[in-house]
Amino acid sequence: MQDNDLFADAARELLRDQCTPQVVRAIEGGGSPQALWTWLEEGGFADALVPEDQGGIGLSLAQVFGVWELCGAHALPVPLAETMVARALLAQAGAPCPAGTIALAEGRLEADGALRCAEVRLGRVADSVLVQHAGGWQLMPVARAASEPLAFCLDATLRWAPSQVVLAPVLRPGLPEGIDLRTLQACLTAALLAGALMDVFQRTLQYANERNQFGRAIGKFQAIQHQLAVMSEHVFAARMAAQLGCAGDGLFPDRLRVAIAKSRCSAAALAVAETGHAIHGAIGFTEEYDLQLFTRRLHAWRQSAGSESWWHAVAGQALVDGHAGLTLDLLRRATDVAEEATAE
Amino acid sequence: MSTLDSLTLSRIPAEDEALRAEVRAFLAEAVKDLPAHVRARSWGGYDAAFSRKLGARGWIGVTLPPEYGGGGRSAFTRYVLVEEFLACGAPVGSHWIADRQSGPLILKYGTEAQKQHYLPRICRGEAFFCIGMSEPNAGSDLASVKTRAEPDADGFVLNGQKIWTTNAHHCHYMIALVRTSGTAQDRHKGLSQVIVDLTLPGVTVRPITDLSGDSHFCEVFFDNVRLAPDALIGQEGQGWEQVTAELAFERSGPERLFSSIVLFDEWLAWLRTPEGRSESAVRLAGRIFTELAPLRAMSVSIQAKLTRGESPIVEAALVKELGTTLEQFIPAAIADDLFGRDSAEVPLELLRTLNYVTEVAPSFSLRGGTRDILRGMIARGLGLR
Repeated sequence: MQDNDLFADAARELLRDQCTPQVVRAIEGGGSPQALWTWLEEGGFADALVPEDQGGIGLSLAQVFGVWELCGAHALPVPLAETMVARALLAQAGAPCPAGTIALAEGRLEADGALRCAEVRLGRVADSVLVQHAGGWQLMPVARAASEPLAFCLDATLRWAPSQVVLAPVLRPGLPEGIDLRTLQACLTAALLAGALMDVFQRTLQYANERNQFGRAIGKFQAIQHQLAVMSEHVFAARMAAQLGCAGDGLFPDRLRVAIAKSRCSAAALAVAETGHAIHGAIGFTEEYDLQLFTRRLHAWRQSAGSESWWHAVAGQALVDGHAGLTLDLLRRATDVAEEATAE
Repeated sequence: MSTLDSLTLSRIPAEDEALRAEVRAFLAEAVKDLPAHVRARSWGGYDAAFSRKLGARGWIGVTLPPEYGGGGRSAFTRYVLVEEFLACGAPVGSHWIADRQSGPLILKYGTEAQKQHYLPRICRGEAFFCIGMSEPNAGSDLASVKTRAEPDADGFVLNGQKIWTTNAHHCHYMIALVRTSGTAQDRHKGLSQVIVDLTLPGVTVRPITDLSGDSHFCEVFFDNVRLAPDALIGQEGQGWEQVTAELAFERSGPERLFSSIVLFDEWLAWLRTPEGRSESAVRLAGRIFTELAPLRAMSVSIQAKLTRGESPIVEAALVKELGTTLEQFIPAAIADDLFGRDSAEVPLELLRTLNYVTEVAPSFSLRGGTRDILRGMIARGLGLR
């Protein structure tokens, strides 16, 4: 807990100063992410999950949860959380680590030997992509890919020609049973969502306290109070779920816990974005007002690495096909975290 | 740090978990002949003989000190017991209130004589309590209670009426919130809690049949009931503060998550058969599970706060709101699954359980503070009031 807090405190200050809404807008508008990344790299955050004997800090998922949450709360437009996971995987595979940021993506080898990643989150600003495909894992440089834009402005579809694919060695990081790239990405995305959910809630609460209509703050109206109460319930539950997703003392999460984390945070994303905009009214709908930086991400992250329904199916299979007897026993397995993870 | 990010993952201590296997084995035998639609009543199910059996095993009043017949164990031991009772559908309604609220209240505010008098019998499963709060004109607006205990030289004279009192017709005592001074306009001032022996002359208990045909709640009339001075529990005039503290403890427990769990497990058992399995049902099961899991983690985390002596009132209200919403979603969603199929031979017992839970589900968000009252509390906690 204390390591976690110290680490998060350092990130909080840096992100507050360097990842301002202006910086987010500039990068979304095509500006270079390099200056922002340099700050983060120099802060030592990107190597947090790499073991100490390989030059990292050797933290666990539970210990970086706070930083990931902050990345979400600042709409960080570079893949810090992804780079942290990718560097740890590379270290585990014994592969050299390139400079710069690394996105994570599922890929497909095409008949001619090309490699295509239909959806690379932050693929427009990343330096490399760690790709998992049917034949293993490969680290691909973004500069060598053909890039097409996707719906969210910082994401991209990337395709590497066969001549590029053969240059990249196939890596085999040792992953536990059931853990794949999507699980890892869902785990970190849930933490990002938890941070963004909290931010949207706090903004909306503040707006309700400041905006006057009918001679008083709109937050004094019971109808608005109840909407905010329901919104806060989603934020409260989603954060607990995201913490569950990151529970554990190593690099790898538990797949069922990730199913809980990603589905609960995704469901909350929809509800919180909706109420946030409803309470803000027209001003929240403008480009210049910061709310949109976060609500657009709530939707993008909900849709990333499996929406709630995708993970409901995973959890449902664990419960219906992989479990017999009382639901309570699977609930206990999913929520009773190991002692070390609760140490304060 | 705000209320919304105040929870850390917590774990039930190993010494409390140690009891679980023994309780599970006992319950497996004790409820094996009860059909699911009866087990679904759980903390609404009345069985005095069963309560005495639990008392004999030391599983009532487990947190009370040994000198009063209790188990001297932590609140987490009780948490484990309650999870098992609810998940297995044990009929724990008879002693539920005495175990959850009345015993701890008497321990906290009672005189030595009161503790000696009531607590050992509570722990044996021989003294059952009900809570006298609501009145015909005092529901959500609890501070407007009119039932009056007029102090005199011999104690109090009690007049008035309580309503919606769960299990009053099967209970020995009521802890009632009454006015001992002032008028209803004084609101929170002048209220006190008194223990009323329900066998006293002047007490009339009338069961009210609910929409499912059960008679679990009652109206209770007091007509010049003479109460001895030691009927007062705690301080005269401090009734509101005592009641508020009591409510905080009852809002985040497993009973706010698991009211539909017997139905959920009964449905899952059918989904695990070839006739019952469908992809959409599996996905729905996953949805419910992924909502239950964070709630269980939150409930355990809040219990850890309570154990440390903190008072997480808003957190508890958040859990109750979320938990009861899910409890009500479960029968609605299961019905849609079962009756959204082209044809299926759904087991009759599953349908009976579904029917029972569907009928009683509205009560989940009424008991212990309605949805709207809780949202108001949450709004206050957020600084909006």
